[in-house]
Amino acid sequence: MEIGSLNVVVLIASLMVAATPILMAAIGELVVEKAGVLNLGVEGMMITGAVSGFAIAVTTGSPVMGMLGAIIAGALMALIFGILTQVLMANQVASGLALTLFGLGFSALVGQGFVGIVPPRTAKLDFGPLSDIPVLGQILFRHDALVYVSLLMVAGVWYWLTRTRSGRILRAVGENHDSAHALGYKVRRVRILAIMFGGACAGLGGAYLSLIRVPQWTEGMTAGAGWIALALVVFASWRPWRALLGAYLFGGIMVLQLNLQAAGLRFPVEYLSMSPYLITILVLVIMSSSRARASLAAPGSLGQSFHAAG
Amino acid sequence: MKPPLLSLQGLTKIYPGVVANKDITFDIADGEVHALLGENGAGKSTLVKAIYGLVTPNEGQMLWRGVPYAPHAPAEARSTGVAMVFQHFSLFDAMDVAENVALGMDNPPPIRELSARITEVSNNYGLPLDPSRMVGDLSAGERQRVEIIRCLLQDPQLLIMDEPTSVLTPQEVEILFRTLRQLRAEGKSILYISHKLEEIRSLCEHATVLRHGEVVGRCDPREESARSLAEMMVGQSLHTPSRLAAEPGKTLLQVTDLSVASPSAFGTSLKSVNLKVRAGEIYGIGGVAGNGQDELLGALSGELPSAAASIQLDGKPVGTLGPNARRALGLLCAPEERLGHAAAPDMSLTENALLTGAAREGLVKKGFVGWSKARDFAEKVILRFDVRTPGAHVAARALSGGNLQKFVIGREILQRPSVLVVNQPTWGVDASAAAAIRQALLDLAQAGAAVVLVSQDLDEILEIADKFAALNGGKLSAPRPVQGLTMDQIGLMLGGAETGDADVAA
Amino acid sequence: MLRLEKRPSPSRAWNYATPLVAVAATMFLGGLLFLALGKNPFEAIRLIFWDPLFSPQFAAYSRPQLLVKAGPLILIAVGLSIGFRAGIWNIGAEGQYIIGALCAAAVALFFYPAENPLVFPLMIVAGAFGGWLWAMIPAILKTRFNTNEILVSLLLVYVAEKLLAAAATSFMRNPDGGGFPGSRDFTRYPSSANNEIIANTGMHWGVVAAFIAVIFAYVLLQRHLLGFQVRLAGQAPRAARFAGVNPARLVVLSLGFSGALAGMAGMFEVSGPAKLVSIDFNAGYGFTAIIVAFLGRLHPVGILLAGLLLALTYIGGELAQFMLGLPAAAIQVFQGMLLFFLLAFDVLSNYRVRFSMPGRKAEAA
Repeated sequence: MEIGSLNVVVLIASLMVAATPILMAAIGELVVEKAGVLNLGVEGMMITGAVSGFAIAVTTGSPVMGMLGAIIAGALMALIFGILTQVLMANQVASGLALTLFGLGFSALVGQGFVGIVPPRTAKLDFGPLSDIPVLGQILFRHDALVYVSLLMVAGVWYWLTRTRSGRILRAVGENHDSAHALGYKVRRVRILAIMFGGACAGLGGAYLSLIRVPQWTEGMTAGAGWIALALVVFASWRPWRALLGAYLFGGIMVLQLNLQAAGLRFPVEYLSMSPYLITILVLVIMSSSRARASLAAPGSLGQSFHAAG
Repeated sequence: MKPPLLSLQGLTKIYPGVVANKDITFDIADGEVHALLGENGAGKSTLVKAIYGLVTPNEGQMLWRGVPYAPHAPAEARSTGVAMVFQHFSLFDAMDVAENVALGMDNPPPIRELSARITEVSNNYGLPLDPSRMVGDLSAGERQRVEIIRCLLQDPQLLIMDEPTSVLTPQEVEILFRTLRQLRAEGKSILYISHKLEEIRSLCEHATVLRHGEVVGRCDPREESARSLAEMMVGQSLHTPSRLAAEPGKTLLQVTDLSVASPSAFGTSLKSVNLKVRAGEIYGIGGVAGNGQDELLGALSGELPSAAASIQLDGKPVGTLGPNARRALGLLCAPEERLGHAAAPDMSLTENALLTGAAREGLVKKGFVGWSKARDFAEKVILRFDVRTPGAHVAARALSGGNLQKFVIGREILQRPSVLVVNQPTWGVDASAAAAIRQALLDLAQAGAAVVLVSQDLDEILEIADKFAALNGGKLSAPRPVQGLTMDQIGLMLGGAETGDADVAA
Repeated sequence: MLRLEKRPSPSRAWNYATPLVAVAATMFLGGLLFLALGKNPFEAIRLIFWDPLFSPQFAAYSRPQLLVKAGPLILIAVGLSIGFRAGIWNIGAEGQYIIGALCAAAVALFFYPAENPLVFPLMIVAGAFGGWLWAMIPAILKTRFNTNEILVSLLLVYVAEKLLAAAATSFMRNPDGGGFPGSRDFTRYPSSANNEIIANTGMHWGVVAAFIAVIFAYVLLQRHLLGFQVRLAGQAPRAARFAGVNPARLVVLSLGFSGALAGMAGMFEVSGPAKLVSIDFNAGYGFTAIIVAFLGRLHPVGILLAGLLLALTYIGGELAQFMLGLPAAAIQVFQGMLLFFLLAFDVLSNYRVRFSMPGRKAEAA
């Protein structure tokens, strides 16, 4: 299947890879926002995950160790945010920005010895004959394990939020923290755990970028992926499956745009590479203009500080 | 002798600078409806929070059937057999009834099973509820049912109810009381918190009266008069607001066919509201919270724009004007929410005086603020309305509810409004401040202004208003003169039965 | 056990003290960081905070740099602080800065090589206009479609950076530059040059503009009704609407104001210190200005001081890089830590920290 110089099957397969980092970060942030917290530090946590995952994988020679390290690094970064906003009652917008600014600097510092190094390869999963099915096999069964992990994360978060008691408690805390407190739920504890989960997801997404998608370390390599993940949560109206849909749409745009660049159109590269950001803005506008729906979907206590009196 | 169900012995809770409860001692027996009576700020809420495990007392102890009981968390209280219905409901708008109920239980069954039990229990107690409905779409009465069912499903021995009737119509109150009597017949105990005396007299067999955090009286409310209970509660003989009868003058505010969409997802839109208020008149608007009060105030203040002709001030159409343009013409408002709406919590009283007084008091010249004039105005309000505060530099949030409310109402009254709209002017305010505020509203009307009093406190409306209309589901009933109005009639109006009753309209 | 208790009124003393405490804490932790990097922490801190101003060896070069770096930081931060106070979060100043610079450069290149005293003022107007225009995108999307201005303004930074790359490599490239990316050098075109006003002070027109902006913002916030409305909208949005504040107007005004100032900062930079439109002439001032705004407590005078301090970390950082081989990124980390500490210590101005004994109630029971 070829359209012009584009191979559609390759395109779809590679959009899944391109979408995976932002999908992971967005699923994490979705849980954070469902708990009523707006963490604008996704970009900072992602790039911290990218650099620590890369550094650990290179030093230990094990991509799995790198991924685990990225998860921990992301969660620790998030914990800083959690302590600032939940314990020290700092403004969430400012704290999230601080996280991003700090993360960008920190990653550049850690990563300076790792520029230009090739990381250990992450093996693709072996599905045996399945991967030889024409078209479908190429699209679905020739990826690395983390593409499937990201899909499992979507399903898991969906199930957890809608079907389990702890998920319900998390939503309750995000919906109305005063009520949740009155019923005896630990608002702060739930939120800090959610924030750390979000950090872990963002960290993993970052490591996917530096270890598998690119794979290389360059300063500022997330290039706004964390911000796109934040926009994706709005696009998804705080629903996990729609986050998947949104991530794959964005992945498609990114891959298409890269393909057009490679195809050598007589159109300046810079304008093509603007497109993911412009389309993200466009999507935000469309989603937020239907106001009634947006306000219904957003968690009731989103972005508000909670301080229990007494 | 069998020990009482719950025995409080010398409970004391001290907050920095405030003694919320001091040496509180009383017993609750099995199958008893025990009233806890007191003004706002008397310490009732702190006390029940201690029983429910939300607050840890500094001193004293509690015994549950003779065994020491010191809950550290609501879950502990619930497992002992204590359940609580909150005054401000602890519900989640964007979740359905079953999920809300499950969140209040410690070991909820699967949702499907729970839904069946909700339907069953709610019907048994005469409080029907659909478990799949979104809580944000329910009326205040239905929301309370969710809270009550949530408690009943855990089969509690002691049910705490914090001001349960403040959001109910008289008819809904009757249904609630029937349920409570049924519970008592089943041997359950109820701790009933209220400052509404008639209710307590009809429901409770024991009462403990609190004032300034201390027990000041114990009685059988059935043997007391409402007045004697009130004096026990307030500790002084009450000043009843008074006014001279005056002939109403010309129409100052006329609202015609006013329809405004609510800005919030779970709000109530106004549907074709009509009202007419004349000089010297107090027009009372009753209704249960959430029936469009906030929207009506917003539409009148100018925060929610409407069609130009739908609101006329002294004959001039003002529907499209903003708040300041309306203020300039003499239409002033005092919203319900003191902190965050009527006043900015972190700003000083001087800044809060500027908030609405900028134009009419000449506090701003060519865009520049005259801070000394603003301070003078704030000090005038403080002095004239007896606001207890160290000075105008103090942040609004540092004032008590009653003092801040006096400041907010005083700020508007001192600007000599021709029409003043107030929403819940005495909510959460102590009795002496409430009396002062009501007197100020009467004096204002006496001086020739038109006053719109939106309140959920029917007694307040009956005490000072000339006319009564009910707001229900965003619709306003036709007004009736307050004189000669009975509680039953009011109940029907609040229930929406009396709309379109044109022949009594003034 | 530590417990926070809300103060009845915010503490004024802590309000002033927290930035100082935050700076001290950052120096301490930053020192540990430098130690971890194998540098002498005392030497590093001295190189960053002391030597640029007082060392006989470096001060002659470094001191003028202080104003050069502080100028754009202050100019941008003053603009941002107005919006931040109103709860309107323009975090895309970096983009507005770039677009302002590009618009000003376009004016200069249009007139080149004609000498005319009006070119420079025209460039200032064009810079302000460019920044304003770029900020109007999130403003209008916010007021018309309720779109989150934080995300839009930030995403537009990336768009602006791509535009800058295109400008430097194609449509603004110096035709006499031998194919290298980058525009003409504006300091060599007398009509567009933003030169030092007083030699060896670093004082250029951008610094003058920054001082004017500080005074303007001070008067606006302290004396003008609009300043009161800005503060009101940030602290109590419902009360602001009740007071007749039009939220949409405030969004347009504050985003426009901050955008215009950021655009102007870009203009002064590209025509002076940066000399030309190059692919990375934007040194991240738009983001550092966010730290400046918070460190200065969103107060114009505070921002003036904070801008000078952050400028010092830039210059001192370069010095430490040069003398000790301290990585450039270490200074970025240092600045990030400063913001963390500031936010952390901020709790003290609104809350009192109390010690409570959880054991008490067990005894009572």
